Amino acid sequence: MHGARAHKESILAEDESYGGARPSARAGEMIRRHRLPTRIWHWVNVLAIVIMIGSGLMISNAHAHLYWGIYGANYDPSWLDPPRFPGWMTIPTDYNLALARRWHLTFALLFAFNLALFMLLSLMNGHVIRDLRIRAREVSPRHLWADVRAHLKLRFHDADNPAAYNILQKLSYVGVIFIVLPLLVFTGLTMSPGMNAAFPFLLDVFGGRQSARSIHFICCWLVVAFIVVHLLLVVLAGPINEIRSMITGKWRVPAEKRGEGA
Amino acid sequence: MSDKKNPGDKASLTRRALIGGMAGTVLTGCDAFQESETGRSILFSGEKINMGLQRALMDRDALAREYSEAQMSPRFRANGTRDPGTPDYAAHVANGFADWRLTIDGRVDRPMSLSIAELRAMPARTQITRHDCVEGWSAIGKWHGPQLATLLKAAGLKSDARYAVFRCADLYRGTPYYESIDLIDAFHPQTILAWAMNGEMLPVAHGAPIRLRVERQLGYKHAKYVTGIEIVPSLKPIGQGQGGYWEDRIGYDWYAGI
Repeated sequence: MHGARAHKESILAEDESYGGARPSARAGEMIRRHRLPTRIWHWVNVLAIVIMIGSGLMISNAHAHLYWGIYGANYDPSWLDPPRFPGWMTIPTDYNLALARRWHLTFALLFAFNLALFMLLSLMNGHVIRDLRIRAREVSPRHLWADVRAHLKLRFHDADNPAAYNILQKLSYVGVIFIVLPLLVFTGLTMSPGMNAAFPFLLDVFGGRQSARSIHFICCWLVVAFIVVHLLLVVLAGPINEIRSMITGKWRVPAEKRGEGA
Repeated sequence: MSDKKNPGDKASLTRRALIGGMAGTVLTGCDAFQESETGRSILFSGEKINMGLQRALMDRDALAREYSEAQMSPRFRANGTRDPGTPDYAAHVANGFADWRLTIDGRVDRPMSLSIAELRAMPARTQITRHDCVEGWSAIGKWHGPQLATLLKAAGLKSDARYAVFRCADLYRGTPYYESIDLIDAFHPQTILAWAMNGEMLPVAHGAPIRLRVERQLGYKHAKYVTGIEIVPSLKPIGQGQGGYWEDRIGYDWYAGI
């Protein structure tokens, strides 16, 4: 494939040297895993999402009732009354709706444009097509079950193609990148009276402002759940190798675990 | 919660301390950031960007969604001041606001002073719209009153007019409430001075005898108990310069379209 040829990094060009395109990689070998746009997106996201969650929990404290439909206030039935989130979880730590909104609505811009740029670049550089595309055979119950069993045995990589994402990884990444995060952006926009005038269809898509607010809250907790599982798996898969790969892009192919063949 | 110790306690305590400690570090950093001048200016820059983007994406006269009578909130929550409670205001309530005046002055050609009877005689717009509080709740109600544009055209704006400042009869923690909007919202077709709500005279809790409706923005912009509209070239000399009571006091966004 590429051999010893000097490799020039390009953000935009399709780059065959990354990710799942190196089935020949052997245990112990250093390979290129994450492209530059992926790495930048990831770390900007760490900052933006921590701030969005902290300030969002403060905003939830301002009116801790969730409703379905087009309206909802104290006299209307709520479907969930979230708890009051304590100061160590919120931004700012002391109750301050005005500043929480400043944090949330400023970093929302960073979060949303970062996501849009990552999506665009990942379509252009082949990341989506090559690494994240879900093949029909991968979602057969047999294959899914085999991957669940492999996870339980802490075997996360296909020895024949170690840099490729496994199907549970693909499903969670695709679910978060293309469903949950965009839902957060669009339900967020649906809560804005200005955006309601600009894009009235948003209200119809989500069934009203209060439904959008509820979906926003649910998606927030899906992201929290993703982060918990994500961090757990980074630790189990080898935190130094995994974190380095998200900083420098380079990832050492782990030694093959002996046991059942993949 | 049980007081009994179990083997998991120590580990979970350490874990909680660790997570709490990490979260605490991040959040303390955020608190320090927002106290610093640079941090604050970065945080507050989002408002201008959001306003610029929203104004670019929406037509100048793009309408807020209007609803049907069947979609109205069964009970509309009142918020902020529910009764100004001053002797002066009580006297106005007692005589049915017969002596209430709405002044329009500042950078106008023809300053005006209108009685409630005169306002009620003007052509009016009826709209069933959603009121969104900055805290997150929404209520849908029917509002009726003259368009602000009608009044501003009658008064005639001078060329340096930029903002409409609304003076209110209610004191909030001892200070008169005020709000302001720019001319894009002031001349928006749904921006009205409502004197009726849900088919009845505007109740005291909702701002009798007149409140502003500025439908593409959050609730705190919808000034209640309006006594005067001052047209100004700049918001700097008004109050503490941020354009509204809450903007001055706690730093709510002046542009409340989001």
